[in-house]
Amino acid sequence: MNTSGSRHLKPDWVIIFLFVCLAGIGFVNIYAASVSGLEVSFLDFSKPHGKQLMFLGLSSILILLIFSLDSKFYERFAFVFYLITSLLLIGLFLFGKKISGATSWYVFGGVSIQPSEFAKVSCALLVAKYLSDNQVDLKNLKDLLVLSLWILIPTFLILIQPDAGSALVFSAFFLVMYLHSLSGWFVFAGFSAIIMFLLTLVLGTSWAIGVVFGFCVLLYFLLGKRKHKTGPLLLFFGICVIFSLSVNYIFQEVFEQRHRDRFNIVLGLTEDNRDIGFNTYQSKIALGSGGFWGKGFMEGTQTKGNFVPEQHTDYIFTTVGEEWGFAGSFVVIALFVLFLLRLLHLINRQKTAFAKWYGFGVVCVFFIHFAINIGMVIGVVPTIGIPLPFFSYGGSSLWGFTLLLFIFIKLDASRYNEW
Amino acid sequence: MRRFFLHGLILFSAVVFVAKLVQIQLLDNSYELIANNISIKKVYDFPERGYIYDRNGTLLVSNQPSYDIMVIPREVKAIDSIEFSKLLKIKPEDYSQMLSKAKHYSLDLPSVFVPQLSKEDFAALQEKMWKFEGFYIQKRSLRDYQTRHAANILGYIAEVNEAKIAQNKYYQMGDLIGIQGVEKAYEDELRGIKGVKRFQKDRLNRIISSFKEGMYDTLPSQGKDLELTIDIDLQSYGEMLMQNKRGGIVAIEPKTGEILALVNAPSYDPALLVGRERSRNFTKLYYDTIAKPLYDRGLLAEYPPGSTFKILNALIALQEGVVSEDTKVYCHNGYFYARGSFMKCHSHASPVNLDSGIYNSCNAYFGTVYTRTLEKFATPQLGIDNWAKHVKSFGLGDFLGYDLPTGKKGLVPTSAYYDRAYPNGNWRPVATVSNGIGQGELLTTPVQLANFTAAIANRGYYYTPHIIRKIEGKKIDVPEYTEKKTTTIDPKHFEPVIEGMFNVFEKGTGRSVRVEGIEICGKTGTAENFTKIDGKRVQLTDHSIFIAFAPKDDPKIAIAVFVENGYWGARWAGPIASLMIQKHLNDTISRKDLEKRMLEGSLLYEYEKPLSGEPFNINQ
Repeated sequence: MNTSGSRHLKPDWVIIFLFVCLAGIGFVNIYAASVSGLEVSFLDFSKPHGKQLMFLGLSSILILLIFSLDSKFYERFAFVFYLITSLLLIGLFLFGKKISGATSWYVFGGVSIQPSEFAKVSCALLVAKYLSDNQVDLKNLKDLLVLSLWILIPTFLILIQPDAGSALVFSAFFLVMYLHSLSGWFVFAGFSAIIMFLLTLVLGTSWAIGVVFGFCVLLYFLLGKRKHKTGPLLLFFGICVIFSLSVNYIFQEVFEQRHRDRFNIVLGLTEDNRDIGFNTYQSKIALGSGGFWGKGFMEGTQTKGNFVPEQHTDYIFTTVGEEWGFAGSFVVIALFVLFLLRLLHLINRQKTAFAKWYGFGVVCVFFIHFAINIGMVIGVVPTIGIPLPFFSYGGSSLWGFTLLLFIFIKLDASRYNEW
Repeated sequence: MRRFFLHGLILFSAVVFVAKLVQIQLLDNSYELIANNISIKKVYDFPERGYIYDRNGTLLVSNQPSYDIMVIPREVKAIDSIEFSKLLKIKPEDYSQMLSKAKHYSLDLPSVFVPQLSKEDFAALQEKMWKFEGFYIQKRSLRDYQTRHAANILGYIAEVNEAKIAQNKYYQMGDLIGIQGVEKAYEDELRGIKGVKRFQKDRLNRIISSFKEGMYDTLPSQGKDLELTIDIDLQSYGEMLMQNKRGGIVAIEPKTGEILALVNAPSYDPALLVGRERSRNFTKLYYDTIAKPLYDRGLLAEYPPGSTFKILNALIALQEGVVSEDTKVYCHNGYFYARGSFMKCHSHASPVNLDSGIYNSCNAYFGTVYTRTLEKFATPQLGIDNWAKHVKSFGLGDFLGYDLPTGKKGLVPTSAYYDRAYPNGNWRPVATVSNGIGQGELLTTPVQLANFTAAIANRGYYYTPHIIRKIEGKKIDVPEYTEKKTTTIDPKHFEPVIEGMFNVFEKGTGRSVRVEGIEICGKTGTAENFTKIDGKRVQLTDHSIFIAFAPKDDPKIAIAVFVENGYWGARWAGPIASLMIQKHLNDTISRKDLEKRMLEGSLLYEYEKPLSGEPFNINQ
């Protein structure tokens, strides 16, 4: 252990303050969501709020632990961490416990651990270590394939649990790759693919192709007298047509009914408020009934009545919306935006490549969680069950996020030691 | 571009989220309503429905408690179902079947397990109720009738239908509402206002606490008691007199417009429409399309007024100055009102004047008088419209405006009517001569006829008939019922006509029903009527009609009696009217034999005739 470094530690108190705010507000809302009707003591460890309080306590121990280790340790042992979490993910298929359809948990006595939450951290470390090598260029096919493989291994292991939501979070690292040196074409292709996918589902194949055709014609005239425009445009159009035609196949044959239903609900193609659309419908009712100022702490009728499923975990934001109204929702969104922007600010002042790329990994993971979770709760994204960082009830996710964040804070705090 | 790529993504998603939240939380109000509907349970506290009394303070309608055994299937524990079945008086083997029926409806919502337990069964069960977890007793209030009469006036209550719920937010599925009669007309007063208690419930519909410590809860406000204008003794007497006959009696107090009796025959016991048997009995009454017991003839049946209408024609002729008391008209079993057109009359002394014309009910006299009334004007159109104006001032030809919920306009023909019937507009007053004797196009309901009798008794004015007297002990103060309606006839013209009506009993068509010691004024009527059998118009035995008021100089009752197919006026309607008057004025009946004849008399054989499918004779 390098004890000399600790003297120069200068942690960023702004980001720590934002963390405390988010975790604090999160706890208040878990408390409201788990106490219904009857008087429950504040320190009831059989209830979600009591456990969350315990998790928060353990988090602070974890933070001390993170700070006590040398910052070099994380870079050097990145691959070891990666190996451990990957083994834990594999081990799930032998020792894991199936909870609501997915084998994502180890259960020891009363404690359950979800390794995928920690795999994010180790993957972020590994990606950062890989990208911090000056030789690496993702326009180079070999580097691209190797890094993609490192990312896809845990993604795949999580996907087959099956836990599509957590697996989707790993797409954050492809954002990091783009920020590093991945060709913009990948982003353009990915973006076009998403647009085509949605267009095909909403309008049907022929209309989607029509829209793309119109877009291409428009582009043709906008590009004016530039050379070599006809060929690439035709190629783009051709790929879009093939993609659109295959979307139908993928949607109907590869997707399961529940996936199709989720898309159909968000796209407004089917209306179902009882069965599969129940979650989104109930969360919208809870949010919508909050109005501007909300119903007040512990006054949410929908929250008290347990109408919103999974309210203290994935749907915790509905409690904010119902009890604190638009004002509260706005504040929470603003806090997250400040939090993410502060992280970006911190990244800029990193002196080591590792810290910088790790920071990007952290921001992207938090962003994906924030965007998908709140998007799902307010009904602009299909139902994908991933937690809202620091808000949602759950030890593994809280510790995973704490690790993710505080390793970066530690790296940032010791930046002056990196001469 | 890459430098600010993430900043862009973060801000973009934040803007999308805030915009979506603005839409859900600020712009769209529907979510709040839905939220309240699903998370707040309202429990209603139903006030007791108001009592109904008659004009003498006799209780007619009160309430009786009834006990439903309710079940919440999820909460049912293993109980001694044999003992429970015994207490409920159900077969033990039915117990599980009834329970699974309730389960099928909902595991968490209460449903009725056994409806309307008697007081005795309730008493036995109540002490042991603690043993049967998941079951509880819900008290309801049902109507309790203290009389077996006046069903048509009182009306009934039943569960509110969906159309009404959509129209009036007060009502909810399962609430009781007045459907007919006073129960409907004074629904708002009788029902009171239910109280609401709000509870927070969870997604399984279980109550977890009271909502906001009862901040929004309201107390029920009690239903108001009503005092009706009817005299239940007179009403019951009328119903008894009308048994085995069809028709109606309407009696009005001329000085106030208060309806003393409104008899419908055939009638039914109001208690039939209460309790477990309600629906079965109602179906039976409703589908009796021949006797139509639910059809309130006193208010709804439109009959030609017959000869009773001659009184009005006499008044109009006097008002118009086309005849005097002494004007003489010759009648030899009738008269020619136009060349080749003869109107028949019965045999009586000739010539007649106003007085003897009335008491002999002479068709020739009133045909002539009516024609003269119209011929006073340059055109028959002007003539008949002037006549109709007078007729309508007695409340005929339109809704009277009384407070019971059903009614018919009747018909008073005007020039428009005859111009339609004779499209060339070329008709003469004699074409409408039937109006002179109350036949032809004229139609009146019994209540209209009674009202017109009251207007004559008052010598030229009436009060809109009404059934309500006091609400919660306070005399009603509705201008509609307390303001005089004046007719177009000068009061001085009434005396000679009333004299004629008096002589109906002294020496005319009503001699047989004269009452010693009471000065009754009245008029008989006989109305031709027709029905359709296999598409053919067939004449039936005439309706027997009678109008009367008494005493002559200080009228306390005005009455109209219709007996369907009772033949001439003095045969059924006259005696019934005179008995009713005597009952009301003296409270004792001197002519026991006449009373017996009326009580026992039946016209059922007459009503069988058109249904028999065989040829039949009328007016026998």
